[in-house]
Amino acid sequence: MEILVCVKRVPDNEENEIELNSDGNDIERDDLVYSVNEWDNYAVEEAIQMVDEHGGTVTVVTVGDEESEEVLRREMAMGAEKGILVSDDAFENSDGKGIATILKSVVEKGNYDIIMTGAQADAGAAEVGGMLAAMLDLPYASLVNKIDVAGDKLNVGREVEGGDQEMNEIELPCVLSIQTGINEPRYVGIRGIRKVASVEIPSFSASDLGLASDSVGEAGAQVKKVDYFLPDLGDGAEMLEGSTEEIIDKLIEMLKAKGGLQ
Amino acid sequence: MSHALIPPAQYSFLGLPTIVISFIITLAGTATFVFLIYKRLVPLFGAAPDNTRLERIPERIVNTLKIWLAQYRQPRYMFAGILHIAIFFGFLILLIRTASLVVIGFWADFGIPGFTSGPYVIIKDYAATIVLIACVIAAVRRGIFTPERYKVPEKYGHDHTKEAVFVLAVISTLMLSESLFEAALIAAEMQKGGHVTYAAPLTLVWIFANLLSETSISALQGTHVISYIVHDICFFFFACFLPFGKHFHVFTSIFNVVFMRLDKGNIKPVQYGISDSQLDELESFGVKKLEDFTWKHMLDFYTCADCGRCSDHCPADAVGRPLSPRFITIKGRDAIFKNYPIFGPKPESALLMEGTYEEDEIWSCTTCGACEQECPLGIEYIDKIVDLRRGMVDEGMVPQTLQKPLKALEKRGNPWGKMEKKRLEWADKEFVKTCEVKSLEKGEEAETLYFVDSISSFDERMQEIARSTSLILDAANVDFGVLGKLERDSGSEVKRFGEEMLFQDLKETNSEAIKESGIKNIVTADPHAYNVLKNDYKDLPPIEHITQVVDRKIREGKLQLNPLEEKDKVYTYHDPCYLGRHNCIYDAPRNAMDAIPGLTRVDMQKCRDRSFCCGGGGLMLFYEPEEETRMGVLRVEMAKKAGADVIVTACPFCLVNMEDAIKVAGMEGSMEAIDFSELIARQLKS
Repeated sequence: MEILVCVKRVPDNEENEIELNSDGNDIERDDLVYSVNEWDNYAVEEAIQMVDEHGGTVTVVTVGDEESEEVLRREMAMGAEKGILVSDDAFENSDGKGIATILKSVVEKGNYDIIMTGAQADAGAAEVGGMLAAMLDLPYASLVNKIDVAGDKLNVGREVEGGDQEMNEIELPCVLSIQTGINEPRYVGIRGIRKVASVEIPSFSASDLGLASDSVGEAGAQVKKVDYFLPDLGDGAEMLEGSTEEIIDKLIEMLKAKGGLQ
Repeated sequence: MSHALIPPAQYSFLGLPTIVISFIITLAGTATFVFLIYKRLVPLFGAAPDNTRLERIPERIVNTLKIWLAQYRQPRYMFAGILHIAIFFGFLILLIRTASLVVIGFWADFGIPGFTSGPYVIIKDYAATIVLIACVIAAVRRGIFTPERYKVPEKYGHDHTKEAVFVLAVISTLMLSESLFEAALIAAEMQKGGHVTYAAPLTLVWIFANLLSETSISALQGTHVISYIVHDICFFFFACFLPFGKHFHVFTSIFNVVFMRLDKGNIKPVQYGISDSQLDELESFGVKKLEDFTWKHMLDFYTCADCGRCSDHCPADAVGRPLSPRFITIKGRDAIFKNYPIFGPKPESALLMEGTYEEDEIWSCTTCGACEQECPLGIEYIDKIVDLRRGMVDEGMVPQTLQKPLKALEKRGNPWGKMEKKRLEWADKEFVKTCEVKSLEKGEEAETLYFVDSISSFDERMQEIARSTSLILDAANVDFGVLGKLERDSGSEVKRFGEEMLFQDLKETNSEAIKESGIKNIVTADPHAYNVLKNDYKDLPPIEHITQVVDRKIREGKLQLNPLEEKDKVYTYHDPCYLGRHNCIYDAPRNAMDAIPGLTRVDMQKCRDRSFCCGGGGLMLFYEPEEETRMGVLRVEMAKKAGADVIVTACPFCLVNMEDAIKVAGMEGSMEAIDFSELIARQLKS
């Protein structure tokens, strides 16, 4: 079973205190700690477990700059056999469709049975998996939280609103976007990363992938980010100030006044 | 020499000379014993190396005299201890007699010079009598009353009482047969007149000789020879039975104590003989299979006497976590027995985490060291737990709750993932107006480094400890500074949770920053940092815990403390594991507290080297164990029982756990927890 997992290097919300930059169009990225997108990490773990059981190889791919190699190595330390770095200045400021276009060309260079993405990444758009499936004309299941191999098909579970569980049969090859909680990702220590430090990771540029420069990057983007800000406090919002005790007292008083507490 | 009865060496049963029987028993017994010992040694030779156990011989001799020969740790459990001491010394005394008896089977007049008459004979007769009495009491205690700590929970296999009582019966038979052998001869001598061997009053020999005084010579002859053969068979049976279970300690304990750990506080290297810089070359880390344990750790498995003292003091066991140190050892021994059978081919050694130990079991340990402190045989636990964790970390088997703090430690140098530049936020503008805190990162110079460590730097409540410690140092005129953003987590729990390479990184970063800063000595208020810097880091300037500094400065008259304002409260001191057991600092904090005029201090029943862990520090704060109650809750209840209103501890992690426990136990208002540094800072004379 050949599995390709698409991963992304994102600012780690656990190890950072996110602040807006002075221009107000993005978060302050100096001094940020990056790591692999949490959803992607679950996808890689799932792929490794499937390969452990059914044979095959796991390949991880990322679209990003040179520094993105770090997340490929971390996932390879987990057990992914191959890594592919897709990097080109022309990819900068790609929108979701642009990223999906790049990944499509990577998928077509290989022969994969399953392509996995995380359900979403730092931007929270959750768009690449679906677009990629559509472009490849492959069956797609989103928010997958369970995978059973059933011959040349898969039974995949999806989390449905309200915690209900749905099971679907899906034909191979297919694209799956993976939800957190599908497994318990293994720990990757410094030792593991050092072990794969010297493994060669091929890097592909736009021309290697035969991508037209106007289909990706800023040129190809039909969705552009124009602003980034913390919403103004609405009239209805009131920030309570003081010590924890004082805040609690004020809150109880307000709830009582508004009839929320008897 | 003439004998009142025919000695076994010259006697015949229906034409079969007894000497032949003795010969067969001795030969078969010795051969079986040698074969069994050989089989038991095989795994030790295939185990991981440890070349440190023959170093520092003088210390080892002292240890052996104290812990093995003088049975120093036995009376910690008074009743069981006295019984054991009786049997132990009885065995030692009777060893000479037993060895002689084996030879007497072939050579009737054999005797080791000096041990055939006089005081030895009297002493050994009393010894046999005392051993028999001790065995009977022990059997009743074990078989009928069965103290709680001997019980075997179902998941850990079968109860060991039958084996224990059986062995006591074998020992009793040895004592009885040896005495009967001798008594029959004395009874015959009494009947025949002439020389009668002296039997000391009230010994078994004396009792039997008197009971047999009317018995016919032929019956005495039978008793004499039969009890000899019974003794001979029992002796060799006992020797060959030992290597099959917990009584192997009769044989191995002396070796286990000779080779026992001499240092406290530190953790064994990943592999002995491999330096820190060679770690990258190792194929595998930690213990994954049985053979990854060192030979000494395997000897530990053989040596466990199943006395249950470790688990009786284990805080994890007390709160119902799935860990009982006693069964770490017993399961290890069972694994050796299974993987190295006496007969038949050796099966492939399975992974220990698949069948022998459970993941949660190994993560449940707080490394408090209570088990090792208690073990009368010098069995080690912490190193084994850490080695098993190293193996799990290497395989990626780390609970999700621990992965996040570990990753944060890797990226940010603290388990909360806080920004490095915020390490010094506790010394805010208001505070530095009252107390100068030099920042060594900015090129300032100081004599002493105050190593704050992560929790006191970042946790809002524990920052109070950092400020109190600074105030104390300032009041004592110590020229001190801090590393600020150059400081990383000391890595104490990173190491103890098995992430050795991350620990190496933290250690290198800290060591370099400390050396660059040019300080002459180090002070910390965090016992975990104190311990790891002192015992696991290398070549650092001397380090003291704040309790030691305060104690010293008070004695030197450089620190004066105001009398307590509220005199009606009773204080108790909770010994942090890494200050007490791991570093033997028990008196400094108590002396300093007692130097506060008007302070009433009581000790809890479990104090000093029997202190009860608060729940563990560092990464243990993030781990979510299965447990019925919290260690801290049990601890604050102990404080209440001791009549205390205030628990003083000297460790930020203890304080976290105690404060939480007071809330969980619903004791807010009636119980209070503060840190030693806070108490002292409050009483400083300005």
